[in-house]
Amino acid sequence: MNKLSEITKASPKDFETDQEVRWCPGCGDYAILKGVQMALANTGSKPENTVFVSGIGCSSRFPYYISTYGFHTIHGRAPGFATGIKLANPDLEVWLVTGDGDGLSIGGNHMLHVLRRNVNIQIMLFNNEIYGLTKGQYSPTSQPGLKTPSTPMGSVDAPLSPCVFALGAGARFVARGIDTSLKELPQTLARAKEHKGASFVEIFQNCIVYNDGVFDEFTTKKTAKDTQIHVKHGEKMLFGKDVLKGLHFNADKMVLEVVTIGEDGITEDDILVHDETNRHMAFMLCELEAPDFPVVCGIIYCNPAESYEQLVHYQLEQAKQAKKADFNALLRSGRTWVVE
Amino acid sequence: MSGQTSQETNCNEVTSLDSVVVRFAGDSGDGMQLTGSQFSVATALEGSDLSTFPDFPAEIRAPVGTTFGVSAFQINFGSVEVSTAGDEPDVLVIMNPAALKVNLANLRNGGMIILDEGAFSAKNLKKAGYESNPLEDDSLSHYDVKRMDITKMTVEAVKEYGLGKKDSLRCKNMWTLGLLLWMFGRKRQPIIDSLEQKFAKKPDIAQANIAALNAGHAFGETAEMSCNLRRYHIDKYKEEPGTYRTVNGNQSLSWGILAGSQLADLQLILGSYPITPASPLLHTLAGLKEFGVITFQAEDEIAAICGAIGASFAGCLGMTTSSGPGIALKTEAIGLAISTELPLIIVDIQRAGPSTGLPTKTEQSDLYQAVWGRNGDAPIVVLSVSNSTDGFEVGIEAVRIATKYMTPVMILSDGYIANASEPWKIPDFNDYEPFPVKFHTETEGFQPFLRDPETLARVWAKPGTPGLMHRIGGIEKDYNSGHISYDADNHQKMTDVRKAKIDNIANDMPLQDVSQGTEGGKLAVVGWGSTYGAIHQAVKRARKDGLDVAHVHLRHIWPLPRNLNDLLKSYDKVIVAEMNSGQLNTLLRSQYLLDTHLLSKVSGQPFKISEITEAIAENLGESA
Repeated sequence: MNKLSEITKASPKDFETDQEVRWCPGCGDYAILKGVQMALANTGSKPENTVFVSGIGCSSRFPYYISTYGFHTIHGRAPGFATGIKLANPDLEVWLVTGDGDGLSIGGNHMLHVLRRNVNIQIMLFNNEIYGLTKGQYSPTSQPGLKTPSTPMGSVDAPLSPCVFALGAGARFVARGIDTSLKELPQTLARAKEHKGASFVEIFQNCIVYNDGVFDEFTTKKTAKDTQIHVKHGEKMLFGKDVLKGLHFNADKMVLEVVTIGEDGITEDDILVHDETNRHMAFMLCELEAPDFPVVCGIIYCNPAESYEQLVHYQLEQAKQAKKADFNALLRSGRTWVVE
Repeated sequence: MSGQTSQETNCNEVTSLDSVVVRFAGDSGDGMQLTGSQFSVATALEGSDLSTFPDFPAEIRAPVGTTFGVSAFQINFGSVEVSTAGDEPDVLVIMNPAALKVNLANLRNGGMIILDEGAFSAKNLKKAGYESNPLEDDSLSHYDVKRMDITKMTVEAVKEYGLGKKDSLRCKNMWTLGLLLWMFGRKRQPIIDSLEQKFAKKPDIAQANIAALNAGHAFGETAEMSCNLRRYHIDKYKEEPGTYRTVNGNQSLSWGILAGSQLADLQLILGSYPITPASPLLHTLAGLKEFGVITFQAEDEIAAICGAIGASFAGCLGMTTSSGPGIALKTEAIGLAISTELPLIIVDIQRAGPSTGLPTKTEQSDLYQAVWGRNGDAPIVVLSVSNSTDGFEVGIEAVRIATKYMTPVMILSDGYIANASEPWKIPDFNDYEPFPVKFHTETEGFQPFLRDPETLARVWAKPGTPGLMHRIGGIEKDYNSGHISYDADNHQKMTDVRKAKIDNIANDMPLQDVSQGTEGGKLAVVGWGSTYGAIHQAVKRARKDGLDVAHVHLRHIWPLPRNLNDLLKSYDKVIVAEMNSGQLNTLLRSQYLLDTHLLSKVSGQPFKISEITEAIAENLGESA
């Protein structure tokens, strides 16, 4: 098992570049960068076989700070580039870094299609509910009423839920993490990498300058146990300081409810078991919002299928086996005639 | 019809012609494109030179019988070099009143009309907007009208196959084709073979179509006896020995780019989004998977080019195909490919604009967009395709330049040559010199924008190569390290080097030749792209008449050939003929401070030879 020993040798430092990191001090992106470097090291990624692709925005500066191959592209279009890279070389490990503006506003169309096609890449969407790099305008995930330079009287746009969008687009791997949760985030990213097909990971990321504290309601460490639930496949969905709260499926209303074991005759049997292959359950979990519900983190949905580039390459192989590539024969296919 | 030589004394005497222009016109559902292309095949196999012009509406099936649903196919063929689909038809084949209404104006005076009088019902006349039946008034009196009830005779001919009325009537085009094959002495067998192949699973339909074809042919023989119709003979065109086929512009270009990728030893990856008239490139390459070609039909034009650029970044040859509106959407991504200096082939099959314009009609109005249409100083190489066969060479040249200089190359073709067919002497692929790409592998002193001192091309280091991990993007790069740089002097330097790299490619291109006539003289007609055929014929005729005129046709639009300035200044006068309102004209004037004269046409139709002939006469008249 030589390979395993190699894996244990890699360290997060191996994925650092010599570039000065230019995010604002205190930005959630620093923690995510650390989490990603840990995940790469833990899972034995090889820098030369790994590519980070991004669009435009604060999050999209990410590739400059990872010592793999990197492509900082244009606003919203990273999925197209990532698809081309995977088609060209399916053996490359490709990570896509985007934000709520880049990935869901200007690039919403491409996000939809890269998920639907199931290109085998890892997509990390840093959601800070704001446009940072353009100095604080509201984004498609901003809460209604948010006052920004472009919404002085408050935003009247209905916000989008990234994970619900991803599931709707046909994503076969949907997960959530929090920037500073460096215990869970690397594990979630490792699962995303392991998944064959498009993996979508929403990461709640605090923008310290333009939208500071927007996720405090459920990320504050002191109360986190009561406001977050970290789901695991096959385990009861329990949470709370005393681990007595849980999610219960009310079949009459077709909704999830928060219940407490020991209250109103609730026992552990009433708590729903997480099944990450259940798409309906995944939709319901993604829709739970604070403060009435805990925010669901971890692997919410995972149901792999063959990836796009794999199917494309199967067809190439089939065609090559069926027909010899002969350029002169191609030019002479169909009707020809000879002039003596 | 040019070169008519027979005496009109005997009914079954065959008239010899040098060349003839036939235009098939009918409803979109009448199968005119199929009829025309089958007639072209039969004509090519008979050894004629030919050029075709499919002219169809953007609507897939417009309401039957209306003028906007008329579809036409024009072919010019002869024992002489034809070069264009012909200025005006000699023979007009008319399947319904709407087709007559739309196409009559263009018919040569005294030209022949073969029409299906069975389709001239009161209802069809009304749909076409005729107030009186042109067959019954004298509006067609100065044409040679051959009326026959093709509808009735077709139904009769296919009766025994038990088809429904609709399927029976769909055989009308084959009946008509049979008649035309008889008139011009072309063989039926190739058509029969292809019908049997096409309808292999529907033998009844195949046999009915063949019966209609034969019946049309037999009608010609019978009519000849009564002197109603006559036959024409066209000698074989004396071409160089070799194996020939017909090819259209989209086909030759698809094959050319694939050929280039093979010579470069790169896998070709096309990112594309369907658009008229460029989609056939996607279809062609999608069918060539045995060559390792990957075609990615993206969700939009932008994702298509981004996929192609991603493929180039990863070490394949990325390519994208579109038409003007799609190229507009790709513009930002083209800028990224320029900034990151990646090879990329961009194909623009131009159509009439602006905006959606006329999707199925031709124009050359994307030259500004190709050369100048990006934010920032963003130079790329622009090549153009001159005729239906030229795409093969242009495609190879584009790949050679893109890979040698690490640059996007845009190829401009247009809707006319995209669909028009011409005979092509098939080259031997083994005669082409390979130019295999060498990826960078040396880690010592590596940085992603390390340049070849001669070509100024940066190194191509692909992901998967140990020790060469690097990050690139659209932000300005430091000249020495390749890292992000906001330094003012560095931006100047990088802008200069990007420009110098493209300018320098002129030194690696052939000198501009004079395609007809001499260097120096009274007048040169300068063209680019699909106007080649019309300018060629016009200059040929003018020179035959003793006029001092030359034809200069550009393949390299940017950078311009390094001798072009001197060459153009060797003429007293220069006409720039193009299907836009003066884009190459502006370019040449701006580059050379040259007082050129513009001959512009923007009607969605190719130039007629006569339009250029007139311009030549006019300009020489002034200078004489």
